[in-house]
Amino acid sequence: MAATQAGMKRFYTLFAALAVVGLGVLGYLLTRPATVSIPANVTVQASDTSGFAGYVKGSPTAPVEITEYADYQCPFCQTFATLQMPTIEDRLIKTGRLRWRYRDFPLQMHSFARLAAHSAACADEQGKYWEQHDRIYEGQSEWAGARNAAPLFRKYAEAAGVDMGRYDACMQAGKYAGRIQADYNSGVEVGVTSTPTLLVNSRLYRGRFDSDAITKLVDSLARNPAK
Amino acid sequence: MIHRMSAALLSLAGLFIAAYLYLYKIGKIGNLACGTGGCETVQWSPWSQIAGIEVALVGVLGYAGLLALSLAALRPELVGRHWPAALLTSLAGIGVLFTAYLTYLEIFVIHAICRWCVASGVVILAIFIVALLDLRRLARTGNL
Repeated sequence: MAATQAGMKRFYTLFAALAVVGLGVLGYLLTRPATVSIPANVTVQASDTSGFAGYVKGSPTAPVEITEYADYQCPFCQTFATLQMPTIEDRLIKTGRLRWRYRDFPLQMHSFARLAAHSAACADEQGKYWEQHDRIYEGQSEWAGARNAAPLFRKYAEAAGVDMGRYDACMQAGKYAGRIQADYNSGVEVGVTSTPTLLVNSRLYRGRFDSDAITKLVDSLARNPAK
Repeated sequence: MIHRMSAALLSLAGLFIAAYLYLYKIGKIGNLACGTGGCETVQWSPWSQIAGIEVALVGVLGYAGLLALSLAALRPELVGRHWPAALLTSLAGIGVLFTAYLTYLEIFVIHAICRWCVASGVVILAIFIVALLDLRRLARTGNL
């Protein structure tokens, strides 16, 4: 009986020690300050969204439209952008069967996602959106772990042929913080909870994220638009 | 007794792993300590939710249940009883099957491995094994 009691005492000591360590680690993680460079949760002004509803590529008369809500720092978005999108672009977008609309959905825990979206928005001012978009995704492993990603985004913009004076002024002013927030808000409104999320002709897509599945879907919708 | 103590300690460890992943998913902590980036790929994939519920939250609730059950099973009046061991084995078995399905998704669908999910998988498998050993102990002592 005494041996059992001693065993129980040892167990509860070990249990309490594990609980204290675990709660301590979680407590530290919860109170650690997060780093966000472009302000989040800004009030969206009408001027932020006038004439803007995402970055679009593809024919305006394409029978199918897909809206992608994505986060530049999300690894799954990166895989989708670099591995699946080139095929989707060649097969569907360039052939006029699909119009693609990209909208920002920067997740709070990704410290550089908003900065990346802002960098692409500043490149968009100079007609270099997709170049910067592609470079940011291709370089994700380079900047996601960096202490400061801004110089890397600047390097990508320079390589894309962006006028750096205008780019720097745009970034320093945080000019598109409201537009990014408006995109995020629109995603929340339609039920986006993870990235990437696709809306096919305004309906949430629940299928596989590969070019073959999307090609089949687009073909099916093109044949039967009411589906 | 040692099996139920082990199950309780393992359940507590599993609870912390699941809570860490859930707090990350709801934006309460920064980046995951993962190294390869596979954790984020998995956590933000469309399969990180089931019917709108975060898989990490399912883990939190599952481990909390296993912890409560294994602690209750240590009470003197339940130590020699069969049903707590049977219930623990059944719940842990469901957890093992669920984990196997999630691991299949990671390897063959998402193509990324989350180290924390692997750690959770090891924990739930260990709980299942100690629960089975507890059942065997009871069978040997004629309590089945």
